[in-house]
Amino acid sequence: MSDSKFKNPIVAWIDYRLPVFSFMEHELHEYPTPKNLNYWWNFGSLAGIILVIMIVTGIVLAMHYTAHTAFAFDSVERIMRDVNYGWLIRYIHMNGASAFFIVVYIHIFRGMYFGSYKSPREILWILGVVILLTMMATAFLGYVLPWGQMSFWGATVITNLFSAIPIVGDSIVTLLWGGFSVDNPTLNRFFSLHYLMPFVLVGIVVLHIVALHQHGSNNPIGIDTKSPQDTIPFHPYYTVKDMFGLGVFLILFFGFVFFAPNFFGEPDNYIEANPLVTPPHIVPEWYFLPFYAILRSFTADAVIYLPISWLMSAKLAGVLAMFASIMVLFILPWLDHSPVRSARFRPLYKQFFWLLIIDCIILGICGAKPAGAPWTYIAQAATAYYFLHFIVIIPLLGFFEKTKPLPTSISEPVLKGGGGSSSAANAKPMEEA
Amino acid sequence: MRKYLISVAVVVSVAVVTSSTVMAAGDVVKPPKQEWSFSGLFGTFDRGSLQRGFQVYDEVCSACHSVRLLAYRNLMDIGFTEEQVKKIAAAKEVTDGPNDEGEMFQRPARLSDRFVKPFPNKQAARAGNNGAFPPDLTLMTKARVGGAHYLHALLTGYKEAPKGKKLAEGMSYNLYFAGNQIAMPPPLSEGGVEYADKTKATVDQMSRDVTTFLAWAAEPELEWRKRLGVKVILFLLILTGMLYGVKRKVWADLH
Repeated sequence: MSDSKFKNPIVAWIDYRLPVFSFMEHELHEYPTPKNLNYWWNFGSLAGIILVIMIVTGIVLAMHYTAHTAFAFDSVERIMRDVNYGWLIRYIHMNGASAFFIVVYIHIFRGMYFGSYKSPREILWILGVVILLTMMATAFLGYVLPWGQMSFWGATVITNLFSAIPIVGDSIVTLLWGGFSVDNPTLNRFFSLHYLMPFVLVGIVVLHIVALHQHGSNNPIGIDTKSPQDTIPFHPYYTVKDMFGLGVFLILFFGFVFFAPNFFGEPDNYIEANPLVTPPHIVPEWYFLPFYAILRSFTADAVIYLPISWLMSAKLAGVLAMFASIMVLFILPWLDHSPVRSARFRPLYKQFFWLLIIDCIILGICGAKPAGAPWTYIAQAATAYYFLHFIVIIPLLGFFEKTKPLPTSISEPVLKGGGGSSSAANAKPMEEA
Repeated sequence: MRKYLISVAVVVSVAVVTSSTVMAAGDVVKPPKQEWSFSGLFGTFDRGSLQRGFQVYDEVCSACHSVRLLAYRNLMDIGFTEEQVKKIAAAKEVTDGPNDEGEMFQRPARLSDRFVKPFPNKQAARAGNNGAFPPDLTLMTKARVGGAHYLHALLTGYKEAPKGKKLAEGMSYNLYFAGNQIAMPPPLSEGGVEYADKTKATVDQMSRDVTTFLAWAAEPELEWRKRLGVKVILFLLILTGMLYGVKRKVWADLH
C-alpha cells in the first residue's frame, strides 16, 4: 500500500480494495484528449448534465404528480400553484426537454461535420443514435403526462401510426393503449415507462462513454493523435472548459425558464384533454417537427410515394420513412467511405452538410404548418432531399470528392500558426466558439 | 458550385418565408399588441388593475365562467386583506357535507375554498348558455395563442357582422374569434361595473383590468419568477465570467 499513487491513506486504503479512485484518475485526469478541441465539443458533456437535471427534477415532479386521467391535469396545476417552487421545478423539466434536444442535435451535427462516426468510432456513433431514439421515446411519453389537449391528441396520432403495420398493426395499438382508445391505462403505462426510460438512457450513455474512451475524442482536424504532444489531460483542461460552457448554457436556459417558460410549448396543452374535441391543428413538440413533416409527406398522390405505391399504403410508407430517417444514421459510417474525417478538408462535403442543415430546418417549418399546398409539396421535396443526401450524395462524394491535403499531426498547424489560441487563429465559421 | 448551392438555399428560404405570411392572413385578425404592467423582464401586476379586474370577473364573468383553480385565499396575493377576502368568500355559498345526519348542506365559503363555479356541471352550463359551454378561465391567457393580447382583443372585438356574413341563431360577430362567430354575447358594456376607486368603467378599461386579473390567475408565480430570474441570471453572469477567467488561466501555458 505504501507504493500507492494516492497520498491520502484513506483514499489509498479504499482504492486498494475498490479502485474507484484509480478509475477516476485514469478516465478523468490522465485521459489524453486532443488539445485542439473547439467549443462544439462541449455539447457532449452538456447533454450528460442535462440528463441529470431532467432525472432530478423528474423524480421531484413524480412525488406530486397523479397519473390518472381525472387528476393528471389538476395535479400538474397544483405543482405550479401550491407546491413550494413547484413552478420552477416543472418549468426546468419542461424547458429541459427542449434544451436536451437542442444540445443533442448540435452534438450529432458536430459529429457529422467532423466525421466523428468514422472508424474506429462506429459503435460510439451507433450508441449515440440509440440514445437519440430512447430520448425521443422518453420525450413523447413525458409530453402525454400533463394530459392537456396536445398530450392527448399527440398520443392518439402517434400511437395510431402503428396501426399501419400490416396484419398485427391494430393489435399492437390496442396493446399500447391498454384498451380501445387513449385512456387511463395508457396514461398509467406511459408514466411508468417515462420513469423507466431515463435510467435505460443512463446505461446507454455509460456505454457511449466507454466506447468514447477506447479511442478518445475525434478532433476538428479529424486526424488521429500521434504523440503525447498532441494531447492534454482531460482534467483540468476540458473540465474547466466544460464548466465555462455549462455557465453560458445555463444563462440561456434559465433565461427561458424564468422569462419565457412557455416559449417552446403549445397553448393548447393548457386546455385539459377532451376526447370529444379535436384541436384544429395537432402538432408535436418542435423537436419532432422534421420527422412529422417526413411522416406527412407521404400522401397518396405524392411523387415520392409512387415507386412504392404497389407495395404498401401511403400511411405505412410515411411511418417507415419517418423511422428510416433515423435508421439511416445507423449505417452512416458505411455510407460515407471517404477516408477523410473532418469537413475542413472536404470542400464539397462541407457544402452538402450545410444544405442538410437547411433541409432539416425546412422540414421543421413544414412540420409546423397545416397539411396542404404549398407545405406538403415543400415537405415532399425536402424529404426526398434528406434521403438523397444520405443514400446518394454521401456515398458518391467518397468517390468523386477531391479532398485537401491533411496535416501530418495535430501539433503541426498549431506550431506553424505561431502561437495564439490554437483553433481560433484560422477559424472557419463552424469552428468559432 | 458553392455560389449555386447558396443561391438555391436563398431562393428556397425566401419561398418558405413568403408563403408562410400568405398563410397567416385569413379572415381572423391578429390581435394587436398591448402594453401590460406585467410584461417585460421586470413587469409586475398593477395591484389596482388586478383588484378592479377581480371585481369585473366577480360581477360579470362569473355568471357563466368558472376559475376553478383559484382559491379565495389566493386573493390575498393581489392586495386584498384577509378580512376583505373573508368577506368576499362569505358572500358565496358552497355545498359541503355529508354531515352527521348524512345530509349535504350549504355554508358560506371560506378562505380555503376554491372559487365557486356558476354551474354544477357541464350539462347545466350548456343548458344555460344556448348549448355553448363557457370555458374555465383560470388558464385562459396561457391556453390561447396571443395570450393577454388575444383576450383583450376578443373582449373589445365585437362588431356589426359585415354584409353577407350570416350568423347562426344567438351568435355574435367578433373580429378576433376563430371563425368570427362567438356564442358569448358582448360581455362588457359602458359603466357595467362601478369601480370602488372611481376609475371610469369603459369597455376598454374593464377589458384591460379583467385581462390583467386573468393573466395573474393563469400565472400567479409571475412576479416571484421574474424576481428570482433576475438574481439567478446575475449570479450566473458573474460565475460564468469567473469560469472564463479560470479557463484562460488554466489554458495559458498551452498557448
